[in-house]
Amino acid sequence: MSGAGRAVLAGLALTLPFWLPNPYFLHVAIMAGIFGVLALSLNLLLGYTGQLSLGHAAFFGIGAYASALLTLRLEWSFWLALPAAVALAALAGWLIGRLALKLRGAYFVLVTISFAGVVALVSVNWMELTNGPLGLPGVPAPTLGPWSLRGKPAYYYLVLAAVLLASLVCRRLVHSRIGRAFVALRENEPLAESVGVDVTHYLVLAAVVSAAMAGLAGSLYAHYTRFVSPEVFLFSYTVTMVIMVVAGGKGTLAGPLVGALIFTVLPEALRAVVSWQWQMLAYGVLLILLVVFLPRGIVPAIAAWRVRQAP
Amino acid sequence: MARAAGTLTLAVRDLAVRFGGVAALAGVSFDVHPGTITSVIGPNGAGKTTAFNAITGYLAPTRGRIEYDGSPLTGLRPSAIAARGIVRTFQRTSVFPALTVADNVMIGLHLRGVAGLVDVTLRRRRLAAEESRLAREADGILDFVGLGRRRGERASELPYGEQRLVELAVALGARPRLLLLDEPGAGMTTAEKTTVTDLIYRIRDQATTVLLVEHDMRMVMSISDAVIVLNHGRVIAAGTPAAIQAHPDVIRAYLGSAGDRA
Ligand SMILES: Nc1ncnc2c1ncn2[C@@H]1O[C@H](COP(=O)(O)OP(=O)(O)O)[C@@H](O)[C@H]1O
Ligand SMILES: [Mg+2]
Repeated sequence: MSGAGRAVLAGLALTLPFWLPNPYFLHVAIMAGIFGVLALSLNLLLGYTGQLSLGHAAFFGIGAYASALLTLRLEWSFWLALPAAVALAALAGWLIGRLALKLRGAYFVLVTISFAGVVALVSVNWMELTNGPLGLPGVPAPTLGPWSLRGKPAYYYLVLAAVLLASLVCRRLVHSRIGRAFVALRENEPLAESVGVDVTHYLVLAAVVSAAMAGLAGSLYAHYTRFVSPEVFLFSYTVTMVIMVVAGGKGTLAGPLVGALIFTVLPEALRAVVSWQWQMLAYGVLLILLVVFLPRGIVPAIAAWRVRQAP
Repeated sequence: MARAAGTLTLAVRDLAVRFGGVAALAGVSFDVHPGTITSVIGPNGAGKTTAFNAITGYLAPTRGRIEYDGSPLTGLRPSAIAARGIVRTFQRTSVFPALTVADNVMIGLHLRGVAGLVDVTLRRRRLAAEESRLAREADGILDFVGLGRRRGERASELPYGEQRLVELAVALGARPRLLLLDEPGAGMTTAEKTTVTDLIYRIRDQATTVLLVEHDMRMVMSISDAVIVLNHGRVIAAGTPAAIQAHPDVIRAYLGSAGDRA
């Protein structure tokens, strides 16, 4: 994207609560941001290392529960609970990375699904800790000094900061030997090994960073909705993330954010105009059209189009 | 480069590899001396690629020892062996297909960088310095193999001969002290083979030992300091090119039957 285009986008994002003060629209923007972090996180694994994690909601849920429990039970500040939630999710990512060390493709997918299944079961059945299916109400809103970040405009800026941070980390990674090692693992593993890329090390590293980001999104979600229940582990969250990454353009920096924006705003927009059944149908048709006409995703398609336009 | 005698030698001792009932290697011993171009020849199925796979950690030998610079390589992962300075290419063309030629070489330079997660996320200057240093090294390597003008093209879109050069450039990125080339000239035109032969000389002159598997006898006999002949998983002869060409077993087992495919 050109420098001017980027400046306009940044300006729009920074001033959004002023020109879009409607709380419902701000809510959609906040959810788009939280899903943006999730999509960036999944993209590190799916887009760069080429490994599909279908248990990604587990890291999101672990972040959400960790942050909720630390603030509710131990009365930690949000600003301590957030990094702790990130660290705990990262630890879970490390575990999965170690477990899946030698597994690729379908087997990797199975391990991640099973892991998410186990964590969800724990959240339902460990009543003393998680309150089971009833969930944890009353998760406190973050405060910053004397100010509460309970209002939607303030929370929007918090989420925006998280999106920027996650994007920055992804950008730096991708333009370094670490990101190249991820891609090498996706493109040709034996060749990567032959020039000294310790592929298992980098698979674990990708899982850790990815899980940490998902944990960040989970914490932000918990303190935004102020309620956490086993619903955070729903498979449909993972499916939504996968759709966002694939539709936006996996293995690109902007793709997951574009996908997150479209697939958060679109269902909301559809809900406003048509009934539930038609929503699902429209959603399905759009997905099929995207897969058929833009198989590599929206962002790569735009990039290819711009290359053709330039003489 | 002056090196003490006996160091940086690859020593293969009694190496055996079985695939089910097939003995791909049945107790092979040889040395590769530093600073040489050493070739391994033998008919198809003789066990040449299997030997490369065992030396570089891609498969675990059934029996035997492999030592480099006096310490064992057996049991190490391929990436750890690469870190010891031993890098191989593959018989079937192997590149990072979706990436540009320059990015292929940048991956090859993995061991030339040090940036870890902390540098990448928190030390912007250090990362930028490393990236520009690596990009310069990549340019140097691309010029060396003659792919400077191809740097921005996708590896998969290059013609076959140039893809093999990309592969070589990727391997050189790791700055090997010992480079194992598995049929680098296979399927190439005579002109391309001349280019590769010339490159192998220049690689050797940069203090890299070369272990070469090649079917083109003209190429092997002209550039090798030493030749090892494998047949049915055994070494049937080893020596200078002249000695090998005159060896009756070699003529019978290899040159006589399989013939010179050049
Ligand atoms: N992965 C494998 N599984 C089973 N047999 C193999 C495998 N790799 C090689 N072989 C067998 O081992 C023998 C040696 O093969 P190879 O080392 O590729 O020979 P060369 O490179 O000299 O042509 C052949 O008989 C081949 O069929
Ligand atoms: Mg072979």
